Amino acid sequence: MDTPPTAAGVGARVRRKEDERLLRGRGRFVGDIAMPGMLELAFVRSPVAHARIRGFEIPEEHRDAVFTWADMAAAGIRPIRAVSGLPGFKVSEQPALADGKVRFVGEPVAVCVAATRAEAEDIAAQIFVDVDELPVNTDMLEAVKPGAPKVHEHWADNVFLETNVGGSIADVAATAPIKVSRSIRTARQCMVPMEGKGVLAHWDRQAEQIVLTASTQLPHIVRAGLAECLGIEQGLVRVIAPDVGGGFGWKGLLQPEEVVAAWLAMKLDRPIRWTEDRREHLVAAANCREHHYEITAYADERGKLLGLEADAWVDAGSYSVYPFSACLEAAQVGSILPGPYDFQNYRCRTFSVATNKPPIVPYRGVARTGVCFAMEQMIDAVAEAVGREPWEVRAENLVPPEKMPFDNITKKHFDSGDYPESVRQAVAAIGLEGWRARQTQGEPDGRMIGVGFATYCEQAAHGTAVYHGWGIPMVPGHEQAQARVTPDGGLELRVGVQSHGQGMETTFAQVAHEVLGIPIAKIKLVHGDTGLTPYSTGTWGSRSMVMAGGAVATASRQIAERLRKIGAHLLQARVEDTVLRGGAVHAGAASVSIKEIAHTWYRAPQLLPADVDRGGLELTAGYKPKSDHGTFSYATHAVAVAVDPDLGTVEILDYVVVEDAGTMVNPMVVDGQICGGVAQGIGTALYERVPYDETGQPLSSTFADYLIPGFTEVPHVRIIHMVTPSPYTEFGVKGIGEGGAIAPPAALCNAINDALRPLGARVTSSPMTPDAILSAIAEAGR
Amino acid sequence: MKAALFDYERPDGLDGALALLSRDDLSVRPVAGSQSLGPMLNLRLVQPDLLVDVSRLPELTGIRRDGDHLVIGASVTHARLEDGDYPDVTGGALARVAAGIAYRPVRNRGTIGGSLAHADPAADWVSALTAMGASVVLAGPAGRRTVPMDGFILGVFETALQPGEVIAEVRVPAFSPAARWGYYKVCRKTGEFSHATGAVLLDPPRGVARAVIGAVSGPPLVIDDPAVFTDPARRDAVAADRLATSSIAGDPAAIRTHMVALARAIAQVNP
Repeated sequence: MDTPPTAAGVGARVRRKEDERLLRGRGRFVGDIAMPGMLELAFVRSPVAHARIRGFEIPEEHRDAVFTWADMAAAGIRPIRAVSGLPGFKVSEQPALADGKVRFVGEPVAVCVAATRAEAEDIAAQIFVDVDELPVNTDMLEAVKPGAPKVHEHWADNVFLETNVGGSIADVAATAPIKVSRSIRTARQCMVPMEGKGVLAHWDRQAEQIVLTASTQLPHIVRAGLAECLGIEQGLVRVIAPDVGGGFGWKGLLQPEEVVAAWLAMKLDRPIRWTEDRREHLVAAANCREHHYEITAYADERGKLLGLEADAWVDAGSYSVYPFSACLEAAQVGSILPGPYDFQNYRCRTFSVATNKPPIVPYRGVARTGVCFAMEQMIDAVAEAVGREPWEVRAENLVPPEKMPFDNITKKHFDSGDYPESVRQAVAAIGLEGWRARQTQGEPDGRMIGVGFATYCEQAAHGTAVYHGWGIPMVPGHEQAQARVTPDGGLELRVGVQSHGQGMETTFAQVAHEVLGIPIAKIKLVHGDTGLTPYSTGTWGSRSMVMAGGAVATASRQIAERLRKIGAHLLQARVEDTVLRGGAVHAGAASVSIKEIAHTWYRAPQLLPADVDRGGLELTAGYKPKSDHGTFSYATHAVAVAVDPDLGTVEILDYVVVEDAGTMVNPMVVDGQICGGVAQGIGTALYERVPYDETGQPLSSTFADYLIPGFTEVPHVRIIHMVTPSPYTEFGVKGIGEGGAIAPPAALCNAINDALRPLGARVTSSPMTPDAILSAIAEAGR
Repeated sequence: MKAALFDYERPDGLDGALALLSRDDLSVRPVAGSQSLGPMLNLRLVQPDLLVDVSRLPELTGIRRDGDHLVIGASVTHARLEDGDYPDVTGGALARVAAGIAYRPVRNRGTIGGSLAHADPAADWVSALTAMGASVVLAGPAGRRTVPMDGFILGVFETALQPGEVIAEVRVPAFSPAARWGYYKVCRKTGEFSHATGAVLLDPPRGVARAVIGAVSGPPLVIDDPAVFTDPARRDAVAADRLATSSIAGDPAAIRTHMVALARAIAQVNP
């Protein structure tokens, strides 16, 4: 850093600027926006998991208010296609409304238009969909067997993609003194952002554009995908994300409903709005996390890992989502399963399996939550086999700091950090010795105490080097930011990423303030609008602070140079004798404020130097880290639990996170990201699951059935920061948006198993419900 | 998830409400706090023609002492019972049960009568008031009648309410100063409906030793056997026996959870 941190610059605990409106209920979300003449949509959704559509019965009086794929196809609308370039990938086509066949319960098959949502639902209730039911794939392991019903008939099997990573580990398998195997599974979940999906589409007659106001994380990508489906040029499409109430991945895709709304707005020349209701979300957006692992670890007598082999299946559901595709999750499993560990022999085979469920969407942490759940159980299994404390085995297998930067077995390039130290600090912070003593004494109420640890590293802000290999519809390149000094000395920043809870209106202002010294109250962030911002792949992969934050810093520095040039002229000094500090250009004892310089450029140009930069006080700058393989933040989570062996319930007694985000732009925002992530991770660990019956019907469709942790279930999370700056990024920041959600299922699983050990019981799948824990205890008793 | 079209009336008094509720040309439902009916309307599980709002009827919103009973108007909210602003006769038991119902926003609107009329077996009042030996006063076109809780809840979402009737009052007999109350429900999280409920009242001066097992997919199971309070083997034997003929008979894990709930409720009354 050129200048010391100021009260509002990088590293400052600044309150979020956007909270003034968000916490007072004054945000502006899609559901808050109405337009004259607006119509609302209700979708008729498939009541069955797999069927051919024979036809529709639509009451005559509603003929003009109901549309099907036949109407869209006749208008030339194309299905959503999200192709991966990985060899062997099988392509699915997802029509925005089902085309003759439905592949999951909740798939949109027709759409009804009316003045209000309630009236549209009245019409939807009268539409009868005549179907011939087909056999159903509800389980990924069954769906890959020969003879399983095919989700896509023209495919040879139900596998979107199979990948193979690593080589033979037969030698290690034959000689390793320790061999432990597990079957591990994570359940299918919903992401449940506070605000559901929403879209308002209208044709802007003046701009001659279809304008999609949508709760999206990726406005520029939605623009591209939508233009492809509508068969029009991207110049005819504008996507605007207003306030967005959480995304977590669910708002990181082009949705069929968005295509339908845009098409209808153009066809009917009326504003069209659809807002997802909670029931639609819990049924049609049951779309994440479902993994299965058959995994074996090999180690020496001290627990040093010698090798790892796994077969992994991801239930990818029925279609490939745009832009991330159906195979990102499983292929990522293959490349990141080794986690933060240093070992030499590895083999992993992955399958992205098509089933009759909603299409899988990357959820906060993407594959890492499942991977960490599997890998960290194996570390504990090895520790148990060699009779040592799991944290010791963990620390000894982690990549040591002296090897950083480090290329691991799958060529992941770890940038910096002291992974084992995070374990040691977590052991101290949770007070392991005290818990071990308490375990020995026993609890007066008969509950059983357990302590669990989990360590991960989180690749974030992956760039071109990583993504061009996937061959999916988007590859992040140089991230751009636009900076404009206003005539009164304020600053406007324009970025193509989108803030939906991350606090970027504050943190990007802090970055610009760090460079320019302009008060953050005078820095305005414009984001989430393809009409107003530079192109960006958007907000995903914990990338925004690294990439767009870096671009903001770069643009600010370039602005600083232009300010200095004008300032030097006004001070009658040489440019090289000036510095920009505290919002003013200084030359010796003399100074001129940014406000005066801005006034000169805009309103007194007669005073400018002859050789002034004609670009003025507005520019766009691009940025990429020195290495764009991604930053690697990491953490160790430690949790102490009490398990009630009579009821199978779990109480979290203490929760510690020791994490390294590199340089923190705003530690309060980092803490908020971690706490929110941990809450979601606790949901994955203990509560969240969409169960399906044998016909593919989801058995949870309200919050009475689909449990998420509330404020009474989320403990106070004690966070300890280690700060190892990344050598590759502006200020040394690392992406941390997803990390909190990665480790909790693994840490809690290890803690529960630590508690259950005296009973000989073990759980290996999430969620670890009372039923699952009681079954494990009963099993052990047999 | 929007309700189908319905009409809405908010009469000034109970007589007006009863007149609307007895209309046989329409499908009519009374509504108070709407914490169960609201979601059912939005999910279109019920589609009445007319909702009659009884939440502000003066006859249904009072709490008074009547001899050795506390009389609670059917439209009294859980929150008011939680806050204790009434001449309590239960040593705080009513407030304790109320405080454990769902979340405060639900308690601010949800009512004791609405909960009983809905008759979800997992609801707190269904088990708790049965254990307290309460009764309900029903008002209808033919006048008033009083039904003990034990005969009011008939099954899952099934009560003794006849067409045109509403619950007017809940009558809770006063505990003696020596009474001990135990209540334990098994929930995975705050606000979740109970998976198993134990509710017990031990009031020797009044000769009451009542144990209730609730959340059993049917009316609560009432055990009037003082020995279950003192003899764990007897407690488990009686509970197992009753559960073996209940609606959860085929689910050994559920039976065990219910036995644990009862045991923990009893543990609360045994010093």
